[in-house]
Amino acid sequence: MSSVPRFWRNLASRYNLEGTHCKECGNYFYPPRNFCVNCRRSGQIEHYKFKGTGEIVTYTIIRTAAEGFERQAPYTLAIIKLDEGSIMTAQIVGDPEKMYIGMRVRSVFRKLGEGGERGMIYYGTKFVPAET
Amino acid sequence: MKRLGTDALKQSKTGENMTIGIVSYGAYIPRYRIKLEEIARLWGDDAEALKNGLMVDEKSVPDIDEDTATIAVEAARSAMARSEINPHRIGAVYTGSESHPYAVKPTSTIVAQAIGATPEMTAADFEFACKAGTAAVQACMGLVGSQMIDLGMAIGADVSQGAPSDALEYTAAAGGVACIIGRKEDELAAIIEATYSYTTDTPDFWRREGMPYPEHGGRFTGEPGYFKHVINGAKGLLKKLGTKPEDYDYAVFHQPNGKFPSKVAKMLGFTTPQIAPGLVVPKIGNTYSGSCLMGIAATLDEANPGDRIFATAFGSGAGADAFSITVTDKIKEIRNRAPKVSELIKNPIYIDYARYAKHKGKIRLG
Ligand SMILES: [Zn+2]
Repeated sequence: MSSVPRFWRNLASRYNLEGTHCKECGNYFYPPRNFCVNCRRSGQIEHYKFKGTGEIVTYTIIRTAAEGFERQAPYTLAIIKLDEGSIMTAQIVGDPEKMYIGMRVRSVFRKLGEGGERGMIYYGTKFVPAET
Repeated sequence: MKRLGTDALKQSKTGENMTIGIVSYGAYIPRYRIKLEEIARLWGDDAEALKNGLMVDEKSVPDIDEDTATIAVEAARSAMARSEINPHRIGAVYTGSESHPYAVKPTSTIVAQAIGATPEMTAADFEFACKAGTAAVQACMGLVGSQMIDLGMAIGADVSQGAPSDALEYTAAAGGVACIIGRKEDELAAIIEATYSYTTDTPDFWRREGMPYPEHGGRFTGEPGYFKHVINGAKGLLKKLGTKPEDYDYAVFHQPNGKFPSKVAKMLGFTTPQIAPGLVVPKIGNTYSGSCLMGIAATLDEANPGDRIFATAFGSGAGADAFSITVTDKIKEIRNRAPKVSELIKNPIYIDYARYAKHKGKIRLG
């Protein structure tokens, strides 16, 4: 989060859950991989935009937030299994007391943090409970 | 009710023999709400008098991590979901707001990237108080009509601020609407037959660079601001088209509160049933640049093919943009693919003033 250039490079995949898919074995990769770990040289990688639906595998509640996140605490950080099979870590928007393992979630576009009052605003993907 | 056939519509186009209209639309309203009673409780105001005077019961509040850019993106993605068009066909993204997150750096590039429309396209942000979104619609109509672009996306979105205890605090809300403007007749969910604007230099409401909250000319700004411009804008379009209020099934007017659009509709000769589907302000408050477009979206959610909608947006400063719209058969195909305005209004999460102050950044940390 601290580096503007690093964030910039990954911007497309953060905004749109853009990853890759191996046509050979059917595996999906997020963040995107240009090389299939299963098929090695015979893998056929293509661009893939994830649907943004999945479920919570496990989660933790962050009560003391890092710089740029102070206003958001307490918040839930979760490991999410996307429906295509890829695993990712993301923040879940909503009441931390109402989170549970196996909860269905869908992606939304939110502010991830900001570099103080003068710095860049970082946008990207978070998740919300899919029901309601 | 006067019905126009496709041939008649073709003769009343803004351009020559060109049909321009709405290919798709999408709305977004944050989940959180604060009731007017809760704000009035804090300041010791009479809640019932305020609710009756403003005709607003509660207003939407953005989440801590929501701003004009995130709201614009959610609305834009809903519009994309409804239309199923290839994002690379969008040649322009224009976002109108008075609360762009950056002073310098466009909101529209964030939206364009988030819907996958970049990089072969143009983008810019618009500002004109509450009518920046409809100004963006007009710009897209021009670019689409002149064939400079295939499709254009116009957005009105805001996370409005009212200073604590200021009258504006009771209605300043958050929300946004995106419209995809196109010209291929078989793609249009609604045809925009014509638009007309009325603009003067009127200092009824303003905010200086770097100031967190707007200033306004007090409670008597309605007559020279809202009413004068909305009435002249609306009358100008009716005259241009030779139509009358009774030719329309629905009407939408900028809704800073419930009272103004109800009053202006009556003054112009529109009825309560005509404005009912689009009058969403009592449950969500004033979404500023989203306001008139939210009313149009709510009306498109319910209208039938062939129905005509009259709409007039207002922006302080001041100006009005009026539109005459006819819904096509396509509306039934697209509208269920994304949440309707009535669905976005459902299931609110009510918060108290302390939580509201945290959400709106009224408590400054550090
Ligand atoms: Zn593979």
